[in-house]
Amino acid sequence: MGYQLNFAPVWRDFDLLLSGLALGIGMAIVSVLLVGNLIGLVAAFAMTSKHPVLRRVAGIYVTTIRNLPIYFLMLVAFFVLPQQLGVRIDKVHAFVGTLSIYAGAYLTEVYRGALLALPKGLREAGLAIGMTEGQTRIWVIVPVMLRNALPALSNNFISLFKDTSVAAAIAVPELTFYARQINNNTFRVIEVWSVCSLMYVAACYLIAAGLRLAERRLAIPH
Amino acid sequence: MDFTRFFSDLYTARFALLEGIGMTLIISGIAIVLGTLLGIGVALSLVYGGRVQRFIVRTFLEYVRGTPVFVLILACYYLLSTVIQLTPFQAGLIALTVFCSSHVGENLRGALLALPKGQTEAAKAIGLTFPQTFAYVLAPQALRQALPAWINTAAELVKASTLLAVIGVVELMLTTRQIIALKPRPLEFYFLAGLVYFLICFSIERLGRAVERRIALPS
Repeated sequence: MGYQLNFAPVWRDFDLLLSGLALGIGMAIVSVLLVGNLIGLVAAFAMTSKHPVLRRVAGIYVTTIRNLPIYFLMLVAFFVLPQQLGVRIDKVHAFVGTLSIYAGAYLTEVYRGALLALPKGLREAGLAIGMTEGQTRIWVIVPVMLRNALPALSNNFISLFKDTSVAAAIAVPELTFYARQINNNTFRVIEVWSVCSLMYVAACYLIAAGLRLAERRLAIPH
Repeated sequence: MDFTRFFSDLYTARFALLEGIGMTLIISGIAIVLGTLLGIGVALSLVYGGRVQRFIVRTFLEYVRGTPVFVLILACYYLLSTVIQLTPFQAGLIALTVFCSSHVGENLRGALLALPKGQTEAAKAIGLTFPQTFAYVLAPQALRQALPAWINTAAELVKASTLLAVIGVVELMLTTRQIIALKPRPLEFYFLAGLVYFLICFSIERLGRAVERRIALPS
């Protein structure tokens, strides 16, 4: 085999790869930590609420989204919906929207589990000191639940961050997209894919380490 | 929406669609069989292997688990084409197998390590050799423990197989896009594809839950 390793073309475009990685992390933060979290919290409360309709709606949302591939959802959000509604959607917005809804379903399960694991006395204590049902939720239940749910949240965040690579298929300029572009322009196949996957591995490691630190600091002491 | 027109288009495309669904099921099915075999090897090396073997397998596992499955697919497709000529099907199958093996390996490793030490000791006490201990004592319990997560891995694989459309494997997603190029009814055909994926994954998930209930170790 006459394949000579030559990393120069990859290093030349390393800033592109880095900007792609930054976009991926950015999209993950916006859609998972901001929007997806909000959807997940609301849907988890809906799933554990007393109203059968709310439980039903949230249950259908979670079951549907969790059983559909993200690639499928992304194509629907990018190709089908804009055409049906007669609007133009930017590809980054389409992907962030998709990932938010996708992440929301997974986080709902996380928060639902965390809510069910809370001792009943927590809510009763909040009500006993004169808080309303809503105040108890915001000031007592959510803070404790979030701290308990943090380990599961980090796992989901990392796996959803990896899902941002799918956005390359609709030409969102993130890491995988640039890797493919460099691959097609220079044919430095081995170099570009090893660098690209190592960047993902490193990013996952750093995110995991950061989140573990947060977990340890925020863990509820026993 | 004109449903009679849609159904006539659907009738025209019926064989293509069935082939697409078949390809999705076949490639996911083969990948889960091969990936499970490889994953068993991974788990055994991690739990019982020597230091060097453990290190190598651990590195492989961390690397694969940190890499998105889409990158694995593209890397297999482009990388392997420089060394040997592979069809998109073969490259995709390798990528999915590796992806599956990392999930199965991690899952089985956890199940094996979660077994109480007393099991091995008890087996040793009644005079079983290590292979016997593994076959009759450890493996049955670990497999039982690992089965629900293993079934979830199958659903993950079906979902990941959609990405093979990008490298040109004509599975359900690519079939859908091809049909839409000829019969421009994106809403209906995407809905149909989504329904098929939902039904496959939902049945796998339900199966997993049923199995979990049936075989759960009494605690």
